[in-house]
Amino acid sequence: MNKNIERIVNGVWKENPTFVLMLGMCPTLAVTTSAINGVGMGLSTTVVLILSNMMISALRNFIPDRVRMPAFIVVVASFVTIVQFLMQGFLPSLYDSLGIYIPLIVVNCIILGRAESYASKNPVIPSMFDGIGMGLGFTIGLTCIGIVREILGNGSVFDVNIPFLDNYHITLFGLAPGAFFVLAFLVAIMNVIRKNMEKKGKPLPKAVGCTTGNCDGCPSATECTGKEAK
Amino acid sequence: MDYVTNLILILVASAIVNNVVLSQFLGLCPFLGVSKRVETAAGMGGAVIFVIGIASFVTSVIYKFILAPTGFEYMQTIVFILVIAALVQFVEMFLKKSVPSLYESLGVYLPLITTNCAVLGTALNNVTNGYDILECVISGIGVATGFTIAIVIMAGIREKIEYNDIPSAFKGTAIVLVTSGLMAMAFLGFSGVI
Repeated sequence: MNKNIERIVNGVWKENPTFVLMLGMCPTLAVTTSAINGVGMGLSTTVVLILSNMMISALRNFIPDRVRMPAFIVVVASFVTIVQFLMQGFLPSLYDSLGIYIPLIVVNCIILGRAESYASKNPVIPSMFDGIGMGLGFTIGLTCIGIVREILGNGSVFDVNIPFLDNYHITLFGLAPGAFFVLAFLVAIMNVIRKNMEKKGKPLPKAVGCTTGNCDGCPSATECTGKEAK
Repeated sequence: MDYVTNLILILVASAIVNNVVLSQFLGLCPFLGVSKRVETAAGMGGAVIFVIGIASFVTSVIYKFILAPTGFEYMQTIVFILVIAALVQFVEMFLKKSVPSLYESLGVYLPLITTNCAVLGTALNNVTNGYDILECVISGIGVATGFTIAIVIMAGIREKIEYNDIPSAFKGTAIVLVTSGLMAMAFLGFSGVI
Protein backbone atom coordinates (compact mmCIF):
# COMPACT_ATOMS: atom_id res chain seq x y z
CA MET A 1 0.00 0.00 0.00
CA ASN A 2 1.12 3.55 -0.70
CA LYS A 3 2.98 4.86 2.34
CA ASN A 4 0.94 8.05 2.58
CA ILE A 5 -2.40 6.24 2.48
CA GLU A 6 -0.98 3.82 5.03
CA ARG A 7 -0.34 6.77 7.42
CA ILE A 8 -3.97 7.90 7.09
CA VAL A 9 -5.35 4.40 7.65
CA ASN A 10 -3.01 4.06 10.61
CA GLY A 11 -4.29 7.28 12.23
CA VAL A 12 -7.97 6.73 11.53
CA TRP A 13 -8.19 3.01 12.26
CA LYS A 14 -5.16 1.08 13.55
CA GLU A 15 -3.84 3.63 16.03
CA ASN A 16 -6.92 5.80 16.47
CA PRO A 17 -5.85 8.37 19.09
CA THR A 18 -9.17 8.37 20.96
CA PHE A 19 -10.24 4.73 20.93
CA VAL A 20 -6.98 2.79 20.73
CA LEU A 21 -4.21 5.03 22.07
CA MET A 22 -6.48 6.93 24.55
CA LEU A 23 -4.65 10.21 23.99
CA GLY A 24 -5.91 13.76 24.51
CA MET A 25 -8.59 12.94 27.05
CA CYS A 26 -8.98 16.45 28.51
CA PRO A 27 -10.49 17.98 25.34
CA THR A 28 -12.31 14.71 24.63
CA LEU A 29 -14.24 14.98 27.87
CA ALA A 30 -14.63 18.73 27.91
CA VAL A 31 -15.96 19.67 24.48
CA THR A 32 -18.06 16.66 23.47
CA THR A 33 -21.30 18.03 24.93
CA SER A 34 -22.65 18.05 21.37
CA ALA A 35 -21.64 16.48 18.07
CA ILE A 36 -20.95 19.82 16.40
CA ASN A 37 -18.54 20.85 19.18
CA GLY A 38 -16.75 17.53 18.75
CA VAL A 39 -16.33 18.14 15.02
CA GLY A 40 -15.13 21.71 15.59
CA MET A 41 -12.56 20.73 18.20
CA GLY A 42 -11.42 17.75 16.14
CA LEU A 43 -10.93 19.79 12.97
CA SER A 44 -9.10 22.64 14.69
CA THR A 45 -6.79 20.12 16.34
CA THR A 46 -6.30 18.46 12.92
CA VAL A 47 -5.25 21.75 11.32
CA VAL A 48 -2.74 22.44 14.09
CA LEU A 49 -1.48 18.86 13.92
CA ILE A 50 -0.90 18.91 10.15
CA LEU A 51 0.83 22.30 10.17
CA SER A 52 3.00 21.58 13.21
CA ASN A 53 3.96 18.12 11.90
CA MET A 54 5.07 19.68 8.59
CA MET A 55 6.97 22.51 10.25
CA ILE A 56 8.71 20.29 12.80
CA SER A 57 9.60 17.77 10.13
CA ALA A 58 11.02 20.54 7.93
CA LEU A 59 13.09 21.85 10.85
CA ARG A 60 14.10 18.44 12.18
CA ASN A 61 17.73 18.77 11.10
CA PHE A 62 18.10 22.29 12.50
CA ILE A 63 16.63 21.87 15.99
CA PRO A 64 19.32 20.80 18.47
CA ASP A 65 18.26 17.70 20.35
CA ARG A 66 18.60 19.28 23.80
CA VAL A 67 16.10 22.07 23.17
CA ARG A 68 13.69 20.13 20.96
CA MET A 69 10.77 20.17 23.42
CA PRO A 70 10.71 23.96 23.91
CA ALA A 71 11.14 24.34 20.15
CA PHE A 72 8.20 22.01 19.44
CA ILE A 73 6.07 23.88 21.98
CA VAL A 74 6.83 27.24 20.31
CA VAL A 75 5.91 25.85 16.88
CA VAL A 76 2.66 24.32 18.15
CA ALA A 77 1.73 27.42 20.16
CA SER A 78 2.25 29.66 17.11
CA PHE A 79 -0.09 27.56 14.98
CA VAL A 80 -2.65 27.38 17.79
CA THR A 81 -2.63 31.18 17.99
CA ILE A 82 -3.21 31.40 14.23
CA VAL A 83 -6.08 28.90 14.36
CA GLN A 84 -7.54 30.77 17.32
CA PHE A 85 -7.53 34.03 15.33
CA LEU A 86 -9.12 32.39 12.30
CA MET A 87 -11.87 30.81 14.40
CA GLN A 88 -12.55 34.07 16.22
CA GLY A 89 -12.90 35.79 12.86
CA PHE A 90 -14.88 33.26 10.86
CA LEU A 91 -16.63 30.94 13.35
CA PRO A 92 -17.39 33.16 16.36
CA SER A 93 -20.16 30.93 17.78
CA LEU A 94 -17.98 27.80 17.75
CA TYR A 95 -15.14 29.90 19.20
CA ASP A 96 -17.37 30.89 22.12
CA SER A 97 -18.57 27.37 22.85
CA LEU A 98 -15.07 25.85 22.76
CA GLY A 99 -13.66 28.74 24.79
CA ILE A 100 -10.49 28.05 26.72
CA TYR A 101 -10.03 24.61 25.15
CA ILE A 102 -8.75 26.16 21.90
CA PRO A 103 -5.56 27.66 23.41
CA LEU A 104 -5.23 24.45 25.41
CA ILE A 105 -4.65 22.54 22.14
CA VAL A 106 -1.00 23.50 22.85
CA VAL A 107 -0.80 20.97 25.68
CA ASN A 108 -2.76 18.28 23.84
CA CYS A 109 -0.52 15.23 24.11
CA ILE A 110 -1.46 13.98 20.62
CA ILE A 111 0.31 16.91 18.96
CA LEU A 112 3.54 16.81 20.98
CA GLY A 113 3.41 13.02 20.87
CA ARG A 114 3.29 12.92 17.07
CA ALA A 115 5.98 15.60 16.84
CA GLU A 116 8.27 13.60 19.09
CA SER A 117 7.59 10.11 17.78
CA TYR A 118 6.97 10.71 14.05
CA ALA A 119 7.51 14.20 12.60
CA SER A 120 10.96 14.71 14.12
CA LYS A 121 12.21 11.55 12.40
CA ASN A 122 10.47 11.55 9.01
CA PRO A 123 10.32 13.74 5.87
CA VAL A 124 7.72 16.46 5.36
CA ILE A 125 5.19 14.67 3.12
CA PRO A 126 4.73 11.51 5.25
CA SER A 127 4.56 13.74 8.36
CA MET A 128 1.78 15.73 6.73
CA PHE A 129 -0.19 12.56 5.99
CA ASP A 130 0.49 11.31 9.51
CA GLY A 131 -1.01 14.57 10.78
CA ILE A 132 -4.04 14.18 8.51
CA GLY A 133 -4.57 10.58 9.65
CA MET A 134 -4.17 11.23 13.35
CA GLY A 135 -6.26 14.40 13.13
CA LEU A 136 -9.10 12.66 11.29
CA GLY A 137 -8.95 9.79 13.78
CA PHE A 138 -9.25 12.26 16.64
CA THR A 139 -12.10 14.11 14.88
CA ILE A 140 -13.99 10.84 14.34
CA GLY A 141 -13.46 9.87 17.98
CA LEU A 142 -14.71 13.22 19.30
CA THR A 143 -17.66 13.22 16.91
CA CYS A 144 -18.75 9.71 17.94
CA ILE A 145 -18.57 10.58 21.64
CA GLY A 146 -20.32 13.89 20.92
CA ILE A 147 -23.14 12.11 19.05
CA VAL A 148 -23.65 9.62 21.89
CA ARG A 149 -23.71 12.37 24.51
CA GLU A 150 -26.01 14.59 22.45
CA ILE A 151 -28.52 11.76 21.87
CA LEU A 152 -28.53 10.76 25.53
CA GLY A 153 -28.32 14.26 26.95
CA ASN A 154 -30.42 16.30 24.57
CA GLY A 155 -32.32 13.88 22.33
CA SER A 156 -30.81 15.36 19.17
CA VAL A 157 -27.99 14.83 16.69
CA PHE A 158 -26.16 17.83 15.18
CA ASP A 159 -28.90 20.03 16.71
CA VAL A 160 -31.65 18.13 14.82
CA ASN A 161 -34.23 16.78 17.25
CA ILE A 162 -34.97 13.08 17.05
CA PRO A 163 -38.73 12.44 17.21
CA PHE A 164 -39.91 10.69 20.44
CA LEU A 165 -36.41 10.75 21.95
CA ASP A 166 -36.30 14.48 22.59
CA ASN A 167 -38.89 14.09 25.35
CA TYR A 168 -36.95 11.37 27.11
CA HIS A 169 -33.42 12.67 27.39
CA ILE A 170 -31.13 12.49 30.42
CA THR A 171 -29.71 15.98 30.91
CA LEU A 172 -26.90 14.58 33.08
CA PHE A 173 -25.12 13.27 29.99
CA GLY A 174 -24.67 16.78 28.69
CA LEU A 175 -23.05 17.81 31.99
CA ALA A 176 -19.67 16.96 33.48
CA PRO A 177 -20.57 13.59 35.12
CA GLY A 178 -21.99 12.28 31.83
CA ALA A 179 -18.63 12.82 30.16
CA PHE A 180 -16.93 10.60 32.74
CA PHE A 181 -19.60 7.89 32.44
CA VAL A 182 -19.49 7.79 28.64
CA LEU A 183 -15.69 7.60 28.66
CA ALA A 184 -15.79 4.90 31.35
CA PHE A 185 -18.02 2.73 29.15
CA LEU A 186 -15.80 3.43 26.14
CA VAL A 187 -12.74 2.28 28.08
CA ALA A 188 -14.59 -0.82 29.29
CA ILE A 189 -15.69 -1.72 25.74
CA MET A 190 -12.14 -1.22 24.47
CA ASN A 191 -10.87 -3.49 27.26
CA VAL A 192 -13.16 -6.28 26.03
CA ILE A 193 -12.15 -5.72 22.38
CA ARG A 194 -8.49 -5.68 23.37
CA LYS A 195 -8.85 -9.02 25.13
CA ASN A 196 -10.66 -10.59 22.17
CA MET A 197 -8.06 -9.36 19.72
CA GLU A 198 -5.31 -10.78 21.90
CA LYS A 199 -7.03 -14.17 21.93
CA LYS A 200 -7.20 -14.02 18.14
CA GLY A 201 -3.46 -13.34 18.13
CA LYS A 202 -3.83 -9.84 16.66
CA PRO A 203 -3.19 -7.61 19.67
CA LEU A 204 -4.08 -3.89 19.39
CA PRO A 205 -1.36 -1.30 19.97
CA LYS A 206 -1.06 -0.48 23.67
CA ALA A 207 -2.97 2.47 25.07
CA VAL A 208 -0.39 5.11 25.90
CA GLY A 209 -2.44 8.04 27.17
CA CYS A 210 -2.41 9.44 30.66
CA THR A 211 -5.68 7.65 31.44
CA THR A 212 -3.77 4.39 31.64
CA GLY A 213 -1.94 5.85 34.63
CA ASN A 214 1.43 4.66 33.45
CA CYS A 215 3.95 6.56 31.43
CA ASP A 216 5.75 3.58 29.83
CA GLY A 217 5.70 3.94 26.08
CA CYS A 218 4.09 7.38 26.13
CA PRO A 219 5.88 9.62 23.63
CA SER A 220 5.45 12.63 25.93
CA ALA A 221 6.81 10.85 29.00
CA THR A 222 10.10 12.69 28.78
CA GLU A 223 8.72 16.16 29.09
CA CYS A 224 5.99 15.15 31.54
CA THR A 225 8.12 13.30 34.05
CA GLY A 226 11.48 14.86 33.27
CA LYS A 227 13.06 11.43 32.95
CA GLU A 228 14.94 10.52 29.82
CA ALA A 229 13.11 8.04 27.59
CA LYS A 230 14.38 4.49 27.78
CA MET B 1 -14.23 44.91 52.91
CA ASP B 2 -16.03 44.33 49.63
CA TYR B 3 -12.69 43.46 48.11
CA VAL B 4 -12.02 40.84 50.78
CA THR B 5 -15.48 39.30 50.27
CA ASN B 6 -14.76 39.22 46.57
CA LEU B 7 -11.48 37.38 47.18
CA ILE B 8 -13.19 34.80 49.38
CA LEU B 9 -15.87 34.29 46.73
CA ILE B 10 -13.19 33.75 44.06
CA LEU B 11 -11.40 31.25 46.32
CA VAL B 12 -14.54 29.19 47.03
CA ALA B 13 -15.79 29.39 43.46
CA SER B 14 -12.53 28.18 41.95
CA ALA B 15 -11.89 25.50 44.57
CA ILE B 16 -15.31 23.90 44.88
CA VAL B 17 -18.01 25.27 42.59
CA ASN B 18 -15.98 25.17 39.37
CA ASN B 19 -13.72 22.33 40.44
CA VAL B 20 -10.88 22.17 37.98
CA VAL B 21 -10.91 18.40 37.48
CA LEU B 22 -14.51 17.45 38.00
CA SER B 23 -16.27 20.24 36.15
CA GLN B 24 -13.63 21.69 33.82
CA PHE B 25 -11.67 18.52 32.95
CA LEU B 26 -8.27 20.17 33.33
CA GLY B 27 -5.41 18.25 34.90
CA LEU B 28 -7.03 14.88 34.25
CA CYS B 29 -3.68 13.22 33.54
CA PRO B 30 -2.24 13.53 37.05
CA PHE B 31 -5.73 13.02 38.49
CA LEU B 32 -5.93 9.57 36.89
CA GLY B 33 -2.22 8.80 36.94
CA VAL B 34 -1.06 9.78 40.44
CA SER B 35 -4.16 8.89 42.46
CA LYS B 36 -3.30 5.34 43.47
CA ARG B 37 -2.21 6.17 47.03
CA VAL B 38 -3.29 8.97 49.36
CA GLU B 39 0.27 10.04 50.27
CA THR B 40 1.41 10.47 46.67
CA ALA B 41 -1.87 12.19 45.81
CA ALA B 42 -1.38 14.65 48.66
CA GLY B 43 2.23 15.26 47.58
CA MET B 44 1.08 15.94 44.04
CA GLY B 45 -1.62 18.28 45.36
CA GLY B 46 0.94 20.21 47.39
CA ALA B 47 3.21 20.60 44.38
CA VAL B 48 0.29 21.75 42.23
CA ILE B 49 -0.77 24.40 44.78
CA PHE B 50 2.82 25.63 44.90
CA VAL B 51 3.31 25.79 41.13
CA ILE B 52 -0.12 27.17 40.16
CA GLY B 53 0.14 29.84 42.88
CA ILE B 54 3.51 31.05 41.59
CA ALA B 55 2.58 30.62 37.92
CA SER B 56 -0.64 32.65 38.35
CA PHE B 57 1.36 35.46 39.93
CA VAL B 58 4.11 35.49 37.31
CA THR B 59 1.80 35.18 34.29
CA SER B 60 -0.53 37.91 35.56
CA VAL B 61 2.42 40.24 36.19
CA ILE B 62 3.75 39.56 32.69
CA TYR B 63 0.31 40.11 31.17
CA LYS B 64 -0.35 43.34 33.09
CA PHE B 65 3.05 44.96 32.68
CA ILE B 66 4.44 43.58 29.43
CA LEU B 67 1.77 42.15 27.13
CA ALA B 68 -1.13 44.53 27.78
CA PRO B 69 0.81 47.87 27.54
CA THR B 70 2.58 46.81 24.33
CA GLY B 71 -0.59 45.44 22.68
CA PHE B 72 0.75 41.89 22.42
CA GLU B 73 -2.21 40.26 24.23
CA TYR B 74 -2.59 37.71 21.45
CA MET B 75 0.84 36.29 22.26
CA GLN B 76 -0.48 35.10 25.63
CA THR B 77 -0.64 31.37 24.77
CA ILE B 78 2.97 31.20 23.57
CA VAL B 79 4.34 33.42 26.33
CA PHE B 80 2.43 31.66 29.14
CA ILE B 81 3.42 28.12 28.15
CA LEU B 82 7.09 29.08 27.88
CA VAL B 83 7.01 31.03 31.13
CA ILE B 84 5.37 28.11 32.93
CA ALA B 85 7.88 25.59 31.56
CA ALA B 86 10.83 27.81 32.51
CA LEU B 87 9.29 28.59 35.90
CA VAL B 88 8.90 24.95 36.85
CA GLN B 89 12.55 24.28 35.97
CA PHE B 90 13.60 27.31 37.97
CA VAL B 91 11.49 26.41 41.01
CA GLU B 92 12.94 22.93 40.94
CA MET B 93 16.53 24.23 40.89
CA PHE B 94 15.78 26.78 43.60
CA LEU B 95 14.17 24.23 45.91
CA LYS B 96 17.00 21.76 45.38
CA LYS B 97 19.60 24.35 46.43
CA SER B 98 17.79 26.32 49.14
CA VAL B 99 14.96 24.29 50.66
CA PRO B 100 16.07 20.65 50.39
CA SER B 101 13.40 19.44 52.81
CA LEU B 102 10.59 20.82 50.63
CA TYR B 103 12.36 19.49 47.54
CA GLU B 104 12.41 16.02 49.08
CA SER B 105 8.64 16.00 49.41
CA LEU B 106 7.61 17.85 46.22
CA GLY B 107 10.57 17.32 43.89
CA VAL B 108 9.42 14.24 42.01
CA TYR B 109 6.08 15.82 41.12
CA LEU B 110 7.38 19.16 39.84
CA PRO B 111 8.42 18.19 36.28
CA LEU B 112 5.14 16.33 35.88
CA ILE B 113 3.31 19.63 36.14
CA THR B 114 4.99 21.43 33.24
CA THR B 115 2.58 20.22 30.61
CA ASN B 116 -0.32 19.98 33.02
CA CYS B 117 -3.16 21.75 31.29
CA ALA B 118 -4.54 23.01 34.62
CA VAL B 119 -1.60 25.44 35.01
CA LEU B 120 -1.97 26.98 31.54
CA GLY B 121 -5.76 26.84 31.82
CA THR B 122 -5.74 28.79 35.09
CA ALA B 123 -3.40 31.43 33.67
CA LEU B 124 -5.62 31.88 30.60
CA ASN B 125 -8.83 31.88 32.65
CA ASN B 126 -7.43 34.57 34.94
CA VAL B 127 -6.83 36.81 31.94
CA THR B 128 -10.27 36.10 30.46
CA ASN B 129 -11.94 36.98 33.78
CA GLY B 130 -9.99 40.27 34.00
CA TYR B 131 -8.65 39.63 37.52
CA ASP B 132 -6.04 41.90 39.09
CA ILE B 133 -2.79 40.40 40.38
CA LEU B 134 -3.97 39.49 43.89
CA GLU B 135 -7.20 38.01 42.52
CA CYS B 136 -5.14 35.95 40.08
CA VAL B 137 -3.02 34.49 42.88
CA ILE B 138 -6.09 33.74 44.99
CA SER B 139 -7.91 32.09 42.10
CA GLY B 140 -4.77 30.09 41.28
CA ILE B 141 -4.50 28.83 44.84
CA GLY B 142 -8.24 28.08 44.80
CA VAL B 143 -8.01 26.07 41.59
CA ALA B 144 -5.07 24.10 42.95
CA THR B 145 -6.85 23.49 46.26
CA GLY B 146 -9.81 22.15 44.31
CA PHE B 147 -7.43 19.84 42.44
CA THR B 148 -5.94 18.63 45.73
CA ILE B 149 -9.37 17.98 47.24
CA ALA B 150 -10.43 15.97 44.19
CA ILE B 151 -7.23 13.91 43.87
CA VAL B 152 -7.02 13.10 47.60
CA ILE B 153 -10.67 11.95 47.73
CA MET B 154 -10.08 9.93 44.57
CA ALA B 155 -6.97 8.28 46.04
CA GLY B 156 -8.89 7.41 49.22
CA ILE B 157 -11.63 5.75 47.18
CA ARG B 158 -9.14 3.94 44.93
CA GLU B 159 -7.36 2.41 47.92
CA LYS B 160 -10.68 0.78 48.85
CA ILE B 161 -11.59 -0.16 45.27
CA GLU B 162 -8.45 -2.32 45.14
CA TYR B 163 -10.20 -4.91 47.31
CA ASN B 164 -13.53 -4.88 45.50
CA ASP B 165 -14.84 -7.39 43.01
CA ILE B 166 -15.24 -5.43 39.78
CA PRO B 167 -16.37 -6.82 36.39
CA SER B 168 -13.15 -7.59 34.51
CA ALA B 169 -13.90 -5.11 31.69
CA PHE B 170 -14.14 -2.27 34.18
CA LYS B 171 -10.91 -3.06 36.03
CA GLY B 172 -8.37 -0.25 35.99
CA THR B 173 -9.16 3.05 34.35
CA ALA B 174 -12.83 2.39 33.61
CA ILE B 175 -13.91 2.03 37.25
CA VAL B 176 -11.84 5.10 38.15
CA LEU B 177 -13.75 7.07 35.50
CA VAL B 178 -17.11 5.83 36.84
CA THR B 179 -16.00 6.94 40.31
CA SER B 180 -14.95 10.34 38.94
CA GLY B 181 -18.39 10.62 37.34
CA LEU B 182 -20.07 10.01 40.69
CA MET B 183 -17.77 12.55 42.36
CA ALA B 184 -18.58 15.03 39.60
CA MET B 185 -22.28 14.50 40.34
CA ALA B 186 -21.64 15.30 43.98
CA PHE B 187 -19.72 18.45 43.07
CA LEU B 188 -22.55 19.44 40.71
CA GLY B 189 -24.54 20.01 43.89
CA PHE B 190 -22.34 22.99 44.74
CA SER B 191 -23.24 24.78 41.52
CA GLY B 192 -25.96 26.88 43.12
CA VAL B 193 -23.85 28.02 46.08
CA ILE B 194 -22.40 31.17 44.51
